Amino acid sequence: MKVLMLGWEFPPHISGGLGTACYGLTQGLAAHGVEVLFVVPRAHGDEDTRFASVVGANQVVIEETVQEPSRRVPFERVEEGETIVEERVRVVRPVEERLERVATPSARADDSDAGAREFGVGLDDDPTLDVKELTPRERAVGAASASATVDVRDEAARQEALASARSDRVRRSFELLAVDSLLRPYLSEREYVERLSTVGLDARSRSGASSNPPPPTVPDSARMFLRSQAPCEHRSDDPAGAEASGGMFTWSLAPYEHPPTFEERVVTLRRRLPWKRVVIDEREEPGPTRVQRRVLEFSGAYGGNLMDEVARYALAVEQIAKKREFDVIHAHDWMSVPAGLAAARVSKKPLVLHVHACEHDRSGDRVNTEVKAMEQLGLDGADRVVCVSHYTAGKLRRHYRVDDSKLRIVHNALTQKEQKERVRVEKNIGEPIVLFLGRVTFQKGPDYFLEAASRVVRVRPEVKFVIAGSGDMLPSMIERSARMGLARNVHFTGFLQGEDVERMYAMADVYVMPSVSEPFGISPLEAMALDTPVILSRQSGVSEVLRNALKVDFWDVADMANKILALLSYPALLDQLKEEGREEVRAMRWEHPAGLVRDVYVEVAGSR
Amino acid sequence: MTDVVFYFQVHQPYRLRRYTFFDIAVEDRYFDDAENRRILQRVAERCYVPMNRLILDLVTKLEGRFRVAYSISGTALDQMEAWAPEALKSFQDLAESGCAEFLGETSHHSLSSLTDLSEFEGQVATHADRIERLFGRRPTTFRNTELVIDPRIAASVENLGFTALLGEGADHLLGWRNAHHVYGVETCSTIKLLLRDYVRADDIAFRYSNKTWDQWPLTAEKFARWIHQAAPEDAFVGLFMDYETFGEHQWEETGIFDFFAGVPAAILADERFRFRTPSEVAAEHPAVARLAIPRPVSWADAERDVSAWLGNPMQRAANEALYAIHPQVVALAEGGDTRLLDHWRRLSTSDHLYYMCTKHFSDGEVHKYFSPYASPHDAFIAFMNVLDDLARRVKQERTSDRAHPETQP
Repeated sequence: MKVLMLGWEFPPHISGGLGTACYGLTQGLAAHGVEVLFVVPRAHGDEDTRFASVVGANQVVIEETVQEPSRRVPFERVEEGETIVEERVRVVRPVEERLERVATPSARADDSDAGAREFGVGLDDDPTLDVKELTPRERAVGAASASATVDVRDEAARQEALASARSDRVRRSFELLAVDSLLRPYLSEREYVERLSTVGLDARSRSGASSNPPPPTVPDSARMFLRSQAPCEHRSDDPAGAEASGGMFTWSLAPYEHPPTFEERVVTLRRRLPWKRVVIDEREEPGPTRVQRRVLEFSGAYGGNLMDEVARYALAVEQIAKKREFDVIHAHDWMSVPAGLAAARVSKKPLVLHVHACEHDRSGDRVNTEVKAMEQLGLDGADRVVCVSHYTAGKLRRHYRVDDSKLRIVHNALTQKEQKERVRVEKNIGEPIVLFLGRVTFQKGPDYFLEAASRVVRVRPEVKFVIAGSGDMLPSMIERSARMGLARNVHFTGFLQGEDVERMYAMADVYVMPSVSEPFGISPLEAMALDTPVILSRQSGVSEVLRNALKVDFWDVADMANKILALLSYPALLDQLKEEGREEVRAMRWEHPAGLVRDVYVEVAGSR
Repeated sequence: MTDVVFYFQVHQPYRLRRYTFFDIAVEDRYFDDAENRRILQRVAERCYVPMNRLILDLVTKLEGRFRVAYSISGTALDQMEAWAPEALKSFQDLAESGCAEFLGETSHHSLSSLTDLSEFEGQVATHADRIERLFGRRPTTFRNTELVIDPRIAASVENLGFTALLGEGADHLLGWRNAHHVYGVETCSTIKLLLRDYVRADDIAFRYSNKTWDQWPLTAEKFARWIHQAAPEDAFVGLFMDYETFGEHQWEETGIFDFFAGVPAAILADERFRFRTPSEVAAEHPAVARLAIPRPVSWADAERDVSAWLGNPMQRAANEALYAIHPQVVALAEGGDTRLLDHWRRLSTSDHLYYMCTKHFSDGEVHKYFSPYASPHDAFIAFMNVLDDLARRVKQERTSDRAHPETQP
């Protein structure tokens, strides 16, 4: 069984729950003998420098590999002047084989050619891309060739990957492909534009043509629009292109009046999007003419807005789907829905959509209709829908009318860390610490945490409350805590990353997850793994599986405060939750849920 | 002749209110009267009253050849007196028939026997007085809370004048022996041990309505056939179970009443069998051997030990905290103020500890069924909050008691 997984994030660079879940799932699948072709969106210029193979991968699709240390891998490089068109070629080898070689230094000497398989993911031979429409200049670029080398990986990252792969006994081959994209889980439009600017490519400078009107920000209520900025060259046989003036296209993905077939939608999507593999050199070359040329050259790069980027990602995945062999496509959450559908279309393979969160979780009743429509598209088009809890399954039935026969519930698990890696923290302040850690947004319920805090402080004025994380509600939370007279009790740490997260969990005496709506919620498991007892919202998926945690309704702040105080007052309760909780969390390995997912694969693959 | 002994346990605890940290030192009402009343009246209506009527009819119809035994906890009696006097009356009617024996137990269905023998003996004596007052005869057979027995308990019960003690026919207690004989206790001289036949008893109590059971549906004739398989030398078959089995755990719709109505006649159809009460069995049969009881045995869960009540750190801490204030509470009571002792004793009811049980996997479903709390941790929190308040009140009373003589020279 081989799966094309449209995943999110891969260690050591994991920032959120979705990435953690995807990673854990692939580890668990490996234990069940499922081969995973893991596609991650990863941006050029993004902060991840530890996977050296990704650095410089500013092209649409690269094969990322994991290579022997200090070995240099040739890749094809096409140059003309300052413009480079390249198709990365990487040697891909099963993880374990790699690990064995790494573990045995003597094996390094003779492996220079053994098992090395080189291939490119080129686009030239892609019949769906009309090469003839490339500009003469581009064609010329494609003709020439040169070679260069790149150092593939750095030792620290390799060691880390090695350790995590080892501990989970990855036996089967696992392949990681990176698609150059700014997407990452739960990105908002605003954050997307911010990210664009971090790579020096905001929409304005990309489009170059200041005469272009900005994309409409409010979609037609009856239709779901995907907006895209046109490439400078668009085909004349494209009727929609004709009506789009000034290089702006608008097209409908899910018109409720005349729903197109998925095929139609994907065709539209593909035709609409600028998709080229031509890229310019990264060096900054100021000057107006230079900028103009970049616009042309960069038509294959990041989308002008989030929806563009989602569609662009879909096209990249479609290319991969054409090239590679697999039995099932597994897509995670709405951003990979068009990609999953596109891959399913070209490969005729079944699609499994994994719902970690839906728009109704993230935004309550004030849903983003574009996102919801995308989710609806995926839920309708997928052969099976895997969701992370009964809680979420209920939402999918209620808000998306997903049929029960398609729904499968697979709870998340915890990625096992090796014992030695566990953080040991000396608490340096004497007062008890009650922790909120997560995005400071509506969904996570930070306001309920503050309410409970004010009740606790009335009884135990020495208790400290920490709100760790950032989000759109952070400013109002800070103001509110001051207004409530909690300034001396409530501390805000801002966004925490990596080890700081673990240290924070370990420092806390109580971890509270007061989420308003949490499809699963992995953070309580992480806190428990570090011996911190948790209080969690019953409006969460994790509360369905976790026994050694205190549970509250998120709105019941009196009960929340009661339970915080109980934990701070009754040591036996702490002991109980710590001891049994540790065992419970230890037993929540990914092998079990991955087995259920494998069953879903077998089910859909068998029905074809 | 083999005797068939039906003994039914009747018990209802005083469940706690949702008592939070913020109620401490503010709220002195600990118990959820509305909920306790609702449950008691429901059980009385579904189980106690109809089942008592059924049994009285059987006794009359079979002209005294059908006999049963009851043990009713003090907290159940209190609640019946308050909220369902007709149920209590129906038990008294059974007592008058002469075919029902009423057993001794602790007044508050407590596990005091495991922690404080003097409190245990106090509760047993209180309850014996009450049973004699209500049902006309002082109990001579003792059944401890949840059938918990160990050598100390047996000795204490013997000293209190009981002649028979009920226990669980646990495999680890019996070894190769058979539960159908009367035994003694290794460290005691005269008391007789009557053990439960957990297979036959649970056929009714747990399996009767289980449609996935390969013996479903169970009929009176089939059950009687199983009873009749007893060996000729077997002294008795102990069918001990919760009374709520009838009509509450297994609803009337399952046919449990009709089933039970047919059982006595079906068993008596074989003349080698007769119905007897525990004290009759103890009087008529000699003990065949004395059993050693190396550790406490109960009738609960797969383990048949006391881990359902004292198995985890929360339960042990709660029990410790409860008994830590016991001397002060008793001292106050001796000074004439029994109000706090009444509260304390209601807290000593074993159910409060049972709600904190975390043995989810093998027996969790049973525990959940009996618990008013969403989780064992919630049970612990409510109990500890109440206990915290009680401890404060005890301290206050003690302080004002001591302060009193000083302020009046």
